[in-house]
Amino acid sequence: MYELFKNLGAWLVGSEQWTGPDGIAHRLAEHLQYSLLATLIAAAIGLPLGLLIGHTGKGAFVAINLASFGRALPTVGLVVLVFLAGGLSMLPVYVALVALAVPAIVTNTYAGMTAVDPDVKDAARGQGMRGHQVLLQVELPLALPLIMTGLRLALIQVVATATIAAYVSFGGLGRYVFDGLAQRDLVQVLGGAVLVAVVAVILDLALSGLQRFLFRHRTA
Amino acid sequence: MIQFDAVHKRFPNGTTAVHDLSLQMPEGGVTVLVGSSGCGKTTTLRMINRMVEPTSGTIQVGGKDVTRQDAAELRRSIGYVIQQAGLFPHRTVLDNIATVPLLLGWSRRRARTKAAELLETVGLPADTGRRYPHQLSGGQQQRVGVARALAADPPVLLMDEPFGAVDPVVRTQLQDELLRLQKELSKTIVFVTHDVDEAVRLGDQIAIFRTGGHLVQCAAPAELLARPADDFVADFLGAERGLKLLSLKTLAEVPQGPAPEGGPWSLVLDEANRPVHWASKDAEIPVRPLRDGDSLLAALNESIASPTGLIARVDATGVLSGVTSRDDIHQHAGQAHTEARVTA
Repeated sequence: MYELFKNLGAWLVGSEQWTGPDGIAHRLAEHLQYSLLATLIAAAIGLPLGLLIGHTGKGAFVAINLASFGRALPTVGLVVLVFLAGGLSMLPVYVALVALAVPAIVTNTYAGMTAVDPDVKDAARGQGMRGHQVLLQVELPLALPLIMTGLRLALIQVVATATIAAYVSFGGLGRYVFDGLAQRDLVQVLGGAVLVAVVAVILDLALSGLQRFLFRHRTA
Repeated sequence: MIQFDAVHKRFPNGTTAVHDLSLQMPEGGVTVLVGSSGCGKTTTLRMINRMVEPTSGTIQVGGKDVTRQDAAELRRSIGYVIQQAGLFPHRTVLDNIATVPLLLGWSRRRARTKAAELLETVGLPADTGRRYPHQLSGGQQQRVGVARALAADPPVLLMDEPFGAVDPVVRTQLQDELLRLQKELSKTIVFVTHDVDEAVRLGDQIAIFRTGGHLVQCAAPAELLARPADDFVADFLGAERGLKLLSLKTLAEVPQGPAPEGGPWSLVLDEANRPVHWASKDAEIPVRPLRDGDSLLAALNESIASPTGLIARVDATGVLSGVTSRDDIHQHAGQAHTEARVTA
């Protein structure tokens, strides 16, 4: 056991591990690129949807159920399904990651919108704001803390799951996990897993800190 | 002037909120809508700025049918104050007040300048402007709410239980401030409350609603208190409505005479001739001197508390001008009632 952790430490800090096309730096960049792109696409779908539902109060039932359906979807299954249907490309990976991220974004955006004090919305309309002005000047800024929480959760989930890119032969930190498994190299498997976990935790802490800084003027 | 003609409001769930309402709210005056909860007073108010659309009938503001105007533009031309103020928590006080001017397309600088002026108008220190609503007390938030409603200088002000959530002391202050502001600004104000005393204090006319959205009586406070239209109104105004009527009359016309000398009690003055207390051989009872503008109700209260039955009256500088007896106050109180019943 001790030996294993010693080897793992050596693997993680070894300078040859960090450079080159199969090095950690490159794999990390790939991993982040997949994750950010998937989260961005998910945000482009989930944010408007959550805002629209929250603003109008219509379609909440359908959207929330669709969202939980999305959550229940097995990611690997989805990758395989889209891969079988569309052939080998990054598309199956992105479809699966986006499907994973959208629910967290929709539900948190919607929750943020419904948490806006009805008196404040009433006052906004009563002062003569039009629908889009109420949305952009009042509801959106007030829902923003929860919206950001949704984006953060989505990103963390996607980062943790983006290892599946390697499952269909692409890069990212999952490369170490799948290659390690194939080569029965436990150190490499563990190294990849630890890297993914560390990246997820660092992102989570950094984004929570950013949120606290941005909304320091807000009360609970 | 605001005019309701045969206005009905039925909500989709079938409840009638307002039933066949015809009512005039005179320009430059305060119309108070009172009634218990669910009587349609708030719905009535909210139909004026189209926060609620009438089912039938017409509502005119300044001679123009509100439903023929763009709702958002209409609302910008009408001040709106709600309970709990409804301030925007993510905007500074100054930006809250500047809301309507900015919607109307004023430059940011001009809107902020106007907002800073209004802070002073509603009696808030200038440094409040940079703070956020949650950093203010309930009373201060309510003042900001009023300032926000006044920002674009609308001729009409709608106030929906604006002082309902503050403590009684602050509420009285806010009422005083509103009366002072109204003296300067002469807005057409529609004010919703369920507090009869507040209605009597603030209203030039009071409209009493009954559950089901029926307007029962609309009259000046004195007339309402002296001649309630039916038992419902009488009950709503409460058993002390006779005394409430006295709160509308001032001491000015009640005669006063010189302070008595001799007798067990004497009125002690300070070196500037301001009354301090009643003194006897072995007791001192403090005096609360009254001015001409104070109400008959206050005078009655003071005369009951006074050991001699006399109230001390002072001029604007606090110097003793004379005393008035309990009997004189009673007589004028009785007269006030008789007049209110006969006239109007």
